[in-house]
This record gives sequence, structure tokens and C-alpha cells, in this order.
Amino acid sequence: MALKGNLRDFSITQLLNLINVAQKTGALAVEGPTEKMWVFFREGKLAYAQTGEEDGSLAFILHKTNKLSAVQYRAIHERAGNMSDKELGLLLINANYVTQQDILTSLQTYFIGVVNRLFTWVEGIFRFENDALPPENKITVRVSLENIIIEGSRRVRELEQLNDEIPSLDMALKFTDRPGTNIRNVNLSVEEWRVVSYINPKNTIRQIATTCKMSEVEIRRVVYGLIQAGLVEVVRPLGAPPTGGLRAPLSQSEKDDRVSLVNRLIRRIRSI
Amino acid sequence: MQTVKMVITGPFNAGKSQFIQSVSEIDVVATERKISSEAEKVKETTTVAMDFGRITVDNDLVLYLFGTPGQRRFDFMWEILSEGMLGFIVLVDSTRPETFREARSILETFRAYAPTPYVVAANKQDKKEAWDVDDIRIALRLDKKVKLLPCVGTDKETVKTVLLELLYSILAEMDAAAGG
Ligand SMILES: Nc1nc2c(ncn2[C@@H]2O[C@H](COP(=O)(O)OP(=O)(O)OP(=O)(O)O)[C@@H](O)[C@H]2O)c(=O)[nH]1
Ligand SMILES: [Mg+2]
Repeated sequence: MALKGNLRDFSITQLLNLINVAQKTGALAVEGPTEKMWVFFREGKLAYAQTGEEDGSLAFILHKTNKLSAVQYRAIHERAGNMSDKELGLLLINANYVTQQDILTSLQTYFIGVVNRLFTWVEGIFRFENDALPPENKITVRVSLENIIIEGSRRVRELEQLNDEIPSLDMALKFTDRPGTNIRNVNLSVEEWRVVSYINPKNTIRQIATTCKMSEVEIRRVVYGLIQAGLVEVVRPLGAPPTGGLRAPLSQSEKDDRVSLVNRLIRRIRSI
Repeated sequence: MQTVKMVITGPFNAGKSQFIQSVSEIDVVATERKISSEAEKVKETTTVAMDFGRITVDNDLVLYLFGTPGQRRFDFMWEILSEGMLGFIVLVDSTRPETFREARSILETFRAYAPTPYVVAANKQDKKEAWDVDDIRIALRLDKKVKLLPCVGTDKETVKTVLLELLYSILAEMDAAAGG
């Protein structure tokens, strides 16, 4: 029987722990709300990983890990499109472009990156196919899961903390009016400046993330830093539709009724 | 007969049930359970769905006080409870700084549900380990416009003050809305 389930009930950390302890061989397929990933294991070790979005070819991975330039990647993609990864690897080594070690390191970095991204998924259906092997002619690696699990749990903790601090991305941000703070005097990264330039009670955090092409985790991380530094605070977005409470448009007599109601409550509580 | 409600929220063991009990005319209809998890076994029982207290104002007005469950795994109740509330009160246990982050998170979550006024009460101020209100304000990163009130859940007078301050904020908010 294949292992199947939902990440809500059985987390990536728990899955990797199981695969590690039981020294499993097979393929883990995870389908999130927007993306799919496949991770292959051999005897409890990470062997290969692929995302549904990215071209997982060796040329792409070498490019992503800065071993091939964009021009080189495009040239290979066009001219050696049908070459298998193993053939391409051999060719690149023989042509002195990269070393065998470069290739293995790049693949490891990329595969671990894929698994690390999985740790941030809270929603998704998983399925583990026992004994399924990576596609033929792909180069595989052998990476122990212990470090990946420890690093991943750290990320999960960070994520939980960020979600705690900024539970809703539908809120907006404004600069604090604490005297003596001036955002211009703070050293910010390019990424942080981009976010800062959109801070305005009219923009929700989610809108800023979309505009800056940042993931939920990334925007939370930046906003968290700005909040902790006392530079910005979370506010309700201006012009947001009221979701209950007393803000619905009221006629004058309804307003008077409300005021009288609250005054009755006040008198009653004073008398308790 | 008209009913209105206020929500009393805050981390586990902050004193929400006690707060409501101090002013409710009925025994709080609590959904208390014995605590099973060892980690949270600082007391015998905890609220699992909600607390529920009542203050009758007159023949045609009743105020309900709803207390949220403190344990995070019941937070699916929060949004339901918050619907249509007049305002909400966040209680923090002044003696347990390790819960301040969670209090902050609960505050942000409720603020996102509805644009209603709220106040924060620094509870258990009678205990000698209690943090000063001013320090709690900084730890919770509360803006100076947000009311942070000292409170002792077992002392009816301080509980009344917290409720009244929330009602004053609601009045002020209506004034501001009417003016602008
Ligand atoms: N000294 C002191 N004790 C308090 C005060 N308020 C509440 N307590 C005590 O703190 C403990 C927790 O109070 P509860 O009212 O059960 O707290 P709660 O927030 O409803 O807890 P959960 O429903 O489990 O989240 C109880 O033992 C109360 O008697 C206070 O102001 N001072
Ligand atoms: Mg309770």
C-alpha cells in the first residue's frame, strides 16, 4: 500500500523522519495548492528531486547554482536539448567547463533547496510510492536526511513565529510616528526598500507581496523585521469593506439608537 | 429583545473565564474540560469551546460576554465568536511574559476579523511577579492610542473598569464616525 495523506495531519518533518528511520526507497509526490513536487529516496537518503514548475535538467540546475551563465544555459538548451543529463555531464566535464564535484554539489544544493521549500507547505496531499526510482538517465546523489530535517524544523519554527506575528496578510502597514525614527537612516536591503516603497495604509501586505513578487514567507520575513525595528505598524487597510461591527452605513436615527444602546450598557455596568 | 456581545480573548490561562464570572449574573456557562496535556497542566480545567456570561441591562437589552478558548487548537471558534461583536478585550497574564507574543498574535487576528474597538487588560496585577503596565505596553508593542488597563480578574471593580473603558472607546468611535 502506498502511504497517502494530507500534510495537515502528517507533516513533511514527520514524513522525512519515517523515510529516514525506515530507510525507505521510493518517490514522495506532494501536491500543494499551486505546485507539485517529487522527491526520490534511496535507502532513506535523498537521491533526486524535481518541481512541477522548473525544468529540472542538469543544464538548468547548473545555471541556477551559478555554474553556467545564462548564455551558456541557453546555448546548451538549444543545441543539446535531447542529450540526457548523464551525457551532458560527461561532455561538460570533458570540455573542462565544470568538474564532477561541481556537478554533484550543484545537484545536492538544488535538491536540498526543493525539499526545504516543501517544509514551508502546510497544505497539500502526499503520496509515497514504495520502490519507485528516479527517471532513468538522471544523475542522483546520496544525502543523509538528518541535517535536512534539523534545518527544515528550524524553518518551520521560524514560519510559525512569522505567522503568529503577522497572522493576516490582508492588513495594511503604516510608518510609526514615533519621534526620532527616520527610515532614511536605516540600512535596508534592496528587497526591504522595495517593500518600504509600497507601504501605505491603502495597500494590503498581500498586494505588496504580489507587486514585489515575493512569497508569503518572504514578505512576512521583511515585514516582521520592519515591525520589530519599530519602523512600521500593522493597520486595517483604508477603504476596506467593513466586516461587521458598527461601521456599516447607518441612518441618523440608527446612529442615535446605537449611542443610546451603548449609554444604557454603560449605566448598567456602572451599577453592578 | 435585543442582544449584543463582547468577546473576551487572550492566551491560555490568562483569566478569561474568571473575568467573565466576576460580572456575569449567571454562573458562567463554561465548556470546561480537564486538561490532558501535561505541558498545559498548570491548572485543572480549561475552556474548550467558549465561556458565556450574561448581563441583563433592562427588559429589552441583554449583553453577552463570550470568552474564547485559550488553547490555540480551538481557534476555529474565534471567527464565529467575533461575528457582530461590539468590541473585544484581550486579557494578558501579567506574570507570564512567555505568553505575550501569543497575546499579540491573538490581538492581530481579532483586529483582522472586524474593525471594532478593543482594549487590552493586564490581568493578575495583584500578583507580585506581575509586570508593570508600562513594560507590558512595550512588550506587546501597543500604540499609545490603545488602552491598556491594569486588571485583577477576581476584583469586580477592575473588571467593570475594563468593560467601561471599552464602551467609552465604542462611543468615541461612533462620535468620530458621525463627525467625519
Ligand atoms: N491572582 C490572580 N489570579 C487570577 C486572576 N484572574 C484569574 N486568576 C486565576 O488564574 C487561573 C486561570 O483563570 P481562568 O479564568 O481559568 O483562565 P482562562 O483564560 O479562562 O483559561 P483557559 O480557558 O484555559 O484559556 C485561575 O486559577 C484563576 O483563578 C487575577 O487577576 N489574579
Ligand atoms: Mg477559560
